Amino acid sequence: MIHCKDKKEKFFMFLVFFVLGGMISTQFRSAEFARTNINQQRAEDLVEKVKIAEKENKTLQERIKKMEKAGVGAGDPKAQQALKVRAGEVALEGPGVVVTLNDSKVQAKSGEDPNLYIIHDDDILRILNELRAAGAEALALNDERILDISEIRCAGPTVSINNTRFSPPYVISAIGDPKNLESALRLRGGVVETLKFWGISVEVEQKKKLLVPAYKRARHYEFAKPKEDA
Amino acid sequence: MLYAVLGLVLGIGLGIYLPVFPQVYSKLVAVAFMASLDAGFGGLRAVKEGTYDSSVFISGFFANGIFAVFLCYFGMRLGIDLYYVALLAFGLRIFNNIAIIRRLFMKK
Repeated sequence: MIHCKDKKEKFFMFLVFFVLGGMISTQFRSAEFARTNINQQRAEDLVEKVKIAEKENKTLQERIKKMEKAGVGAGDPKAQQALKVRAGEVALEGPGVVVTLNDSKVQAKSGEDPNLYIIHDDDILRILNELRAAGAEALALNDERILDISEIRCAGPTVSINNTRFSPPYVISAIGDPKNLESALRLRGGVVETLKFWGISVEVEQKKKLLVPAYKRARHYEFAKPKEDA
Repeated sequence: MLYAVLGLVLGIGLGIYLPVFPQVYSKLVAVAFMASLDAGFGGLRAVKEGTYDSSVFISGFFANGIFAVFLCYFGMRLGIDLYYVALLAFGLRIFNNIAIIRRLFMKK
């Protein structure tokens, strides 16, 4: 094809293709790099945002404490504390159980609905309901406090609680009489047995002391107003 | 021909060990790449047509590449996306050359 006349030409030919080859591989690699890097950059951005939000949260919390000390929110601090406990604004400690749920490791057979083998919002609801019935005084899932106003709903592959999304494993902590709580879950034909049937791993552990964090969001009463003559 | 293949292989080998270009300049490399690809196809076409001249080919390869990068860099500075212009122009030329090369091959 191409006949190179002299050494100089050969050298230039070599140089041309050398440069071309170098560009091909660096370009390919930088494209690859960019693809993996966008996600990382986004993750870093989000981490930064979370950090800023947490810092802001902390300063606000400190302000609340200062104001309370200064006696802004009138009244007896003891009564106030009791009200806060009821509203779930205080982290609580006590004996109870920790329930750990994880998706089934059993592979769904062909023709079978794979949905049966994963944890759903209603499975969690049933466990929480059972715990409540057995006298649980404070509940949390993956360190998110569950109150009377907390929703537990399906959000694609995750479960949304207090508008925060959680994915398995789900760790439910409940403060109450550990024995009562565990036996309520382990009832024959009860929640744990049903879930185990599908291969979902359920671990119930009694604890002498566990922590249920405070509810971190604000409550709003937009529509509900106290009855006037009450 | 041997030298060309050798150069290509060595170049690719070297490129694997070179550090990755910063994101900002990857556009410039892309343009340079298109320019050299265009020069390569142009050279092949010239060979087929029998008008190949290695000094034209080599000077075209480097001059096109460097000028494309320069233009692109200028565009970046001025806020004009000359990047797309270069890509489009080179892309069109590459397709043009490929079409002609194909025809020349079929004539044989």
